[in-house]
Amino acid sequence: MEEALKYQAQDYKSDQHVRWCPGCGDHAVLNCIHKAMAELGTAPHNVAVISGIGCSSRLPYYMNSYGFHTIHGRAAAIATGVKTARPDLSVWVVTGDGDCLAIGGNHFIHAVRRNVNLNIALFNNKIYGLTKGQYSPTSERGFVSKSSPFGTVEEPFIPAELALGARGNFFARTIDVDLKNTTEVFAEAARHKGASVVEVLVNCVIFNHGIHKHITDKEYRAERTIFLRHGEKMLFGKDNEKGLVLDGLKLKAVTVGKDGYTLDDILVHDAHEKDIALHLMLSLMKDDMPLALGVIREVEAPCYDEAVAGQIAEVQAKNPARTLKEVLMKGEVWEVK
Amino acid sequence: MPPLIVYNTILYFMAEQTKVMTLEKVVVRFSGDSGDGMQLSGTIFSNLSAIFGNEISTFPDFPAEIRAPQGSLSGVSGFQVHLGSRKIFTPGDKADVLVAMNPAALKVNVKYLKPDTIVIIDTDSFKKEDLEKAQFATDDPFGELGLTTVQVVAAPVSSMVKEGLAEFGLDNKSALRCKNMFALGLVCWLFERPLEGAIHLLESKFAKKPGIVKANIKVLTDGYNYGNNIDASVSTYRIESKKTAPGFYTDVNGNKALSYGLIAAAEKAGLRLFLGSYPITPATDILHELSGRKELGVKGLQFEDEIAGVSTAIGASFAGALGVTSTSGPGLALKSEAIGLAVIAELPLVVVDVQRGGPSTGLPTKSEQTDLMQALYGRNGESPVVVIAAATPTDCFDAAFWAGKLAVEHMTPVILLSDSFIANGSSAWKLPDLDTYPAVKPPYADQYKGEQVWKPYRRNPDTLVRYWAVSGTEGFAHRIGGLEKDYNTSAISTEAMNHQKMVETRQAKIDRIAEFIPALEVSGDTDADLLIVGWGGTYGHLYEAMETMHERGLKVALAHFKFINPLPKNTEEVLKRYGKVVVAEQNKGQFANYLRSNIAGFNPYKFNRVKGQPFVVSRLVEEFTKIVEE
Repeated sequence: MEEALKYQAQDYKSDQHVRWCPGCGDHAVLNCIHKAMAELGTAPHNVAVISGIGCSSRLPYYMNSYGFHTIHGRAAAIATGVKTARPDLSVWVVTGDGDCLAIGGNHFIHAVRRNVNLNIALFNNKIYGLTKGQYSPTSERGFVSKSSPFGTVEEPFIPAELALGARGNFFARTIDVDLKNTTEVFAEAARHKGASVVEVLVNCVIFNHGIHKHITDKEYRAERTIFLRHGEKMLFGKDNEKGLVLDGLKLKAVTVGKDGYTLDDILVHDAHEKDIALHLMLSLMKDDMPLALGVIREVEAPCYDEAVAGQIAEVQAKNPARTLKEVLMKGEVWEVK
Repeated sequence: MPPLIVYNTILYFMAEQTKVMTLEKVVVRFSGDSGDGMQLSGTIFSNLSAIFGNEISTFPDFPAEIRAPQGSLSGVSGFQVHLGSRKIFTPGDKADVLVAMNPAALKVNVKYLKPDTIVIIDTDSFKKEDLEKAQFATDDPFGELGLTTVQVVAAPVSSMVKEGLAEFGLDNKSALRCKNMFALGLVCWLFERPLEGAIHLLESKFAKKPGIVKANIKVLTDGYNYGNNIDASVSTYRIESKKTAPGFYTDVNGNKALSYGLIAAAEKAGLRLFLGSYPITPATDILHELSGRKELGVKGLQFEDEIAGVSTAIGASFAGALGVTSTSGPGLALKSEAIGLAVIAELPLVVVDVQRGGPSTGLPTKSEQTDLMQALYGRNGESPVVVIAAATPTDCFDAAFWAGKLAVEHMTPVILLSDSFIANGSSAWKLPDLDTYPAVKPPYADQYKGEQVWKPYRRNPDTLVRYWAVSGTEGFAHRIGGLEKDYNTSAISTEAMNHQKMVETRQAKIDRIAEFIPALEVSGDTDADLLIVGWGGTYGHLYEAMETMHERGLKVALAHFKFINPLPKNTEEVLKRYGKVVVAEQNKGQFANYLRSNIAGFNPYKFNRVKGQPFVVSRLVEEFTKIVEE
C-alpha cells in the first residue's frame, strides 16, 4: 500500500495571486516545485525559498514556506547564509538566466564550487523579461533583441558547462512542458546532498515566445531530446530506437539495428561517475544530437554547510571554552590586585 | 664590547652625565625595514610596560607593500608606543626614543623627532650603500637631515648579533632575524625594564620553537647588557606604574576588541554569531579573529566578494543568527544595495567599516573619517540606518556591543564605524564583566500580542519594530523581500499612500532609537569658552588637546559622539550651551555638515585634516587656542 503523503502540493501554495503572464512557463514550474515538495514531505516552515530579481524570482511569494525575494544576482549568496546558519532547513534558490549567470555569476559559481546544500532552480528563457526584452547571457550569438538590434556579437553560457566547470556535483536539465519529469528531477535535486543545479528551459510567451520550441514541441521532442536516467541505456526517439555510442572521443547518435549497431553498443548513463568528461559531452549536445534532459550528473561530495558545522563540533570537542570570558582568560592576561 | 660610536652632531650632549629621569609619559617609536620585526619588538615592549603598570597606547604604521625593496624609503615599518603613569589617550605626537634600524627609517621618521630624542641606530646598516638606498647624498645622514641636537646611541647591532649567536650555529640570515631583539634589549635597558617579562612573552610566543626562543633571549640579553656596559651618555627613563583598578587585563587592539564586542552581543542575546566577510585592509583582522572562535560556535567565514559577505550575513539573520559583515570604505560601497535590502526587509545586520584613506583604493593602511556620509546616506531610496562610531581601541568593544544590541532589538542594519588608527592601535584593557552590560532581547514573533492576526510587518507600537519570525519556526512562515510591503497586510504594495507611510515608519523607527541610547556626555569645564566636538577614533587626541589647554588655564570642554544616527536626545541642548563650538574631524567637514542639517542655526568652527595620519595634539591646541582667543 502506498504511504499517504504527509503534505499535499496545496500545503506549499500561498494565498497570493500568481502574477506571471498567462502562458508563461513559470506557472508549470511552480506547480512542479509544489508537487516535488509534497513528495519530499518537508514541513513548509522548514523550507526557505530565496530568489533574486526577475520574473521567476517572484516565486517565493507563491509559496507557503519561508521566502525571501532579495536583490538582483545575490540569491545564491543569501541562500548560502541561510543554509550555513541553519543547515537543518531545506533551502531553495529560484533564479533566472540573467539573475544567475550575468549579475549573479560570481555567487553562482562559488555556491556550486563550495557545494552548499542548496537546490538551485535556474529558469532559462534566454531573455530579460521583467525589463522587457533584452538578450541574456544564454542568448545565442546573433540574437536580435531590444538591446542587440543588429544581433549579439558574443557567445552564450551553457549553464551545464558553467556548473561543471565550477566543479558542480549535481546538474539536471528539464523543460517546462514536461511536468512529470520536472517534478521528479526537482525531488532528486532536493534529495541530493550538496549544491544541485536544475536548469529548466522555460518559455517567455511575451518576449521570447518559442525559443525552445524546436526541442519542446511534442512533434519532435522524442527525436530532439534524450531523457537520461542513471543506470539506463541512453536511448531516445519515438520508439526508443535511437541511442548514443562513443565514437572515438566523441558521442554519436545511432539507430539500433542500423550500420551494425546493436543495443549492446548503446552507452549506459552513469550519473555517479566522478570524471566530468562524459557528463560534459552529454550536456553540450546540440544540433544533430539530441538535447540531454534529466539528471546528467549526481556525485556525492562533502557539502559546505555540514563541513562548517562539523569543524565547530571538532574544535568544541577539544576546547571547552564556551563564553567570551573563558576565551579571554586563556589569552595573555595579567592581574592587577 | 665594541665602543659606542658617537656622531659629532651630539657632541654638546656628551658633556652631561647619564641621568635617570622620572617622567609622566614617554613615546617610543620602533622603526626599520618591514622585514626587521619592529612590530614584534614594539608589541613586546608595550605589553611589558602594561604589565608593569603603565598606561599604554600603541600604533603600528606599516607600508602598504608587504615587502618593498630592502632599505628603501617605501619599505619602512614603524610601531609607536606611548606609555605613562597617568591616563594615556593617544600613541603620542613625537617620539622621545626612536629605534632606526636603517637610514631609510631615520629619514622617514624625521617628522616624529624632538630636539633631544634618543635615536638608536644600527651602524652596520648605515654603510654607504644603505645611505644610497635611502637617497642620502652624503655620508652624514644626521647632518643632512638637520638633526644636530638628537642623542644618538649608535651600536653595531648586526655584527654584535652575529657574534653573540656564533655558538648557535645559525646561518647568517636566521641570526640577523634576531636584530629586533637587540633593539628591544637596548630599549628595556633605557627604561629600566627587567627582562624577565620579555623572556616570558618570547617563550609563550615561540613555544613550539625552542631554538628560536633561546637565540632571541640571548640577543635580547646582549642588547640590554650592551646598554648597561657602554655607560652611554643618554638619559634613562623611569615611568612610574599607575594605580589601576584591580582585575584581569590584556593588551587589545581595536579590531580584536570589536570582534569581542560582537561576540558579547550575540552571547547576551542568545544568538549565534555569523560573520560573512572578504579580506580588506585594515578590517581583515576581524575576520581572522572571528574565524578562529569556533569553540564559541561563531561562524566567521570568508566569501567570494564583499557583496557575498553582506549577503550571507543577511541570509544568516533571516535564518535567526546575528549577521555581521566587516569591511573598509571600498567594500562598504559594494555592500550598499544589500544594506538597503536589510533596511526594507527590517532584519538585524551589523556592517563594520574600518575606515581608511580614500577615495577608491586611496591609502589602504592609513586612517581617515571620510566614510561618514557614505554610512549615513550611501544607499538608494530613503534608507535610514543606525550609525555608531568607536572612540578608542578598547571602546571598539562597547561600540560593537551596542551595534549588535541595536541591530537585534530594533531589527535594523547598524553601520559601525572604526578606523585604521584605532583598529591597529592597542592599549591595556580590563576584561569586561558582561553581567554589567545591558540585556539584548530579540523581538521574536511569539512576543506579538496584538489583536489582529500576526503578519511580518506588524510592529511593536512603542518601538515601531517588527517582530522577528526566524525561518524554521512553525506558525510564522512568511515571505519578505526588497519590494515595498503593505503596512497592514505585509503583501507587496505599490500604493502611493502606503509607500509614504512605510517610508515615514522606517525613519521613525530609527529616530525612536534615541530613546534607548545614552545621552551625550561633556567632559571639561561647564563654563567653557570653547566646546570641542568630535566623533569616532579622534577621541584620544581631542581629549589630550583639551587637557593641555586646561593646563594652560583655558576653559574648554569636549563632547565626543559615539552615536551618530540617531543623535543622542540632548545633542542640540549641549551644542547650544556654548558660545563657540569647533567640530574637528579627519575629513572635509562631514559631521559638522550633518549636525548643521539636524540643528537649525548651528554654525560651528571646523577643523579638518585629511592626511591619512592621526591628529597632532600640539596642532589641535594651537588652532583651538586661536579660536578661543579670537
